[in-house]
Amino acid sequence: MKPVPDSRGYFGPYGGRFVPETLMAPLAELTAAWQEARRDRAFRRELAGLLATYCGRPTPISHAARLTRHLGGAQVFLKREDLCHTGAHKINNAVGQCLLARRMGKVRVIAETGAGQHGVAVATAAALFGLRCRVYMGTEDERRQALNVFRMKLLGAEVVGVDAGSRTLKDAINESLRDWVTNVATTHYVLGSVLGPHPYPLMVREFQSVIGSEALLQIRAQHRSLPNLVVACVGGGSNAAGIFSAFVPHRHVELVGVEAGGRGTRLGEHAARFAGGSPGVLHGTRSYVLQDQDGQVSPTHSVSAGLDYPAVGPEHAYWHDSRRVSYVQVADREALDAFHLLSEFEGIVPALETAHAIAYVARVAPRMASAQAVLVNLSGRGDKDVVEVARLEGVTL
Amino acid sequence: MSGRIDKAFARAGKAKRAAFIAYITAGDPAPARTVVLARALERAGADILELGVPFTDPIADGPTNQRAAERALAQGTSLPGVLGIVRELRYSSELPVVLFTYFNPVHAYGLARFAVDAAAAGVDGVLFTDVPVEEAGAAHAALRRVGVELVLLLAPTSTRERVKAVRKLAGSFVYFVARAGVTGARATLEEGLEEQVRLVRRLTKTRVAVGFGVSTPDQVARAARFADGVVVGSALVERIAELGDAPELPGEIEALARSLAIATRRK
Repeated sequence: MKPVPDSRGYFGPYGGRFVPETLMAPLAELTAAWQEARRDRAFRRELAGLLATYCGRPTPISHAARLTRHLGGAQVFLKREDLCHTGAHKINNAVGQCLLARRMGKVRVIAETGAGQHGVAVATAAALFGLRCRVYMGTEDERRQALNVFRMKLLGAEVVGVDAGSRTLKDAINESLRDWVTNVATTHYVLGSVLGPHPYPLMVREFQSVIGSEALLQIRAQHRSLPNLVVACVGGGSNAAGIFSAFVPHRHVELVGVEAGGRGTRLGEHAARFAGGSPGVLHGTRSYVLQDQDGQVSPTHSVSAGLDYPAVGPEHAYWHDSRRVSYVQVADREALDAFHLLSEFEGIVPALETAHAIAYVARVAPRMASAQAVLVNLSGRGDKDVVEVARLEGVTL
Repeated sequence: MSGRIDKAFARAGKAKRAAFIAYITAGDPAPARTVVLARALERAGADILELGVPFTDPIADGPTNQRAAERALAQGTSLPGVLGIVRELRYSSELPVVLFTYFNPVHAYGLARFAVDAAAAGVDGVLFTDVPVEEAGAAHAALRRVGVELVLLLAPTSTRERVKAVRKLAGSFVYFVARAGVTGARATLEEGLEEQVRLVRRLTKTRVAVGFGVSTPDQVARAARFADGVVVGSALVERIAELGDAPELPGEIEALARSLAIATRRK
């Protein structure tokens, strides 16, 4: 399997650059600047320094001993991205791209956000580097993630609600692309996942690959061998791409991406692109898309805003078709149960996105031998979801 | 080439004016009204009709066209319906039609089948808002087989190399985006637009139509001095939004379009 897409950004038949002409020159400029930066030792050193002294890397791997005993099967290990500054893996990419934006002489950054974690991460990095920052967020997500909206404002970012389409992540990306196309000269668009036109899927994966490189060494040290199974939730797919990238060459390690099964299997009730989607073009890239027969993008549903997106990163589409990674679905109900499970057995409140991955582990770990190991990417912590979970369970705070 | 687009430009050029290209979203305010509106635009002096195919995620469009797409989708208009509208228009009109579409509806329809059905319906050209020249090879080949033009976009940010690459695939005209941004009305035209249009014409050796942000007769008149064609969209779409399905809609659109068509005359 080739580790890198081709020069046009294609992972097999997926990827590419399907954007308005106005964005083609800026994308070429971005590609060139990033290629130059990643070869520059000073840039790499500065980024590594920030990840260590500002973001709190390396994040540890925790052995979930009580959860393991409760499930009665494989040893469960958690890669603790929830311990990153701002509470999720998103900061790895945000710091990397903002460092790049400063190097490119941009004075303003924009970002889309679903769960608000990427928006918070970009607002944080923008404050760190003194860049102006605007974050687009669907109004439905603003409601679900009110805490993160206020956090972004505290960090000096301007939050703009998007009241179009399904009022979620997809519409926030539309609005970010429109802003970028209008302000390309001064602005860098910090895309938050392994989505969008080339070079974003590749660049974001590379900024997130620190998760996998750390985890590979850590699990070898703690478990004395590679895990049998690595699990991560997949919205756009950045935390999954980050941890999978290190394990893809190790063919005996099974990789599983968990999509949002929502509340049903009909179109519009879930965000399971690999179960109900087909190849299409959305937000600049060719990948699996949830759409109707006329190619209109369908609404999605998930209890977790971060997984509530109708397409998926092109590299995941490639991994899916080549069968290197299996993709499974976890329903809202199951994810909420896992949210409680991890909180009660390990003292870790996971993000609702991450709870989908935990739910899958709870499904398969009991069927595995106790000498086997499962590594889960604990992509974010759940403080942001506490209010929404209380609301769903009828608890007044 | 069907030649209708070519002839329209030639006719306008001979009359010492820029071709007037009128944009509306198909299915807005209702699918049954689109043919009526197209005929009204033709009577008003439109040389080419640019027909928008509604899409759920129109990243190149401003709020005016986004809302038009939402109204059209709510009326059930999608790509097959748009082809039906063109077929119906062809019973009574030879007005050249360029479809203005995002790639995904065509991708879902199947590129080869789309090309054949579009040609059969009487479509003259297809413009993909989100397919730059690098990704346009397959679409160009499929459309050329059936004699439909691929209309490519160029922007103020396009490099010389990109302009030259467009030249290889361009049909009877290229569409120059008047300013970096999305579709929609704006107060002024960009400084330096004239030089950019001349440069694009020289490098592509083809006609240049200017659009995005051209909405008033004054702006049309200015662009008509140096462009071969002028596209007006949002101004018409906004009027359609105001009037909805009112009985006076075709008459009002005809009057507005006439004021724009007259402005394409070069003094």
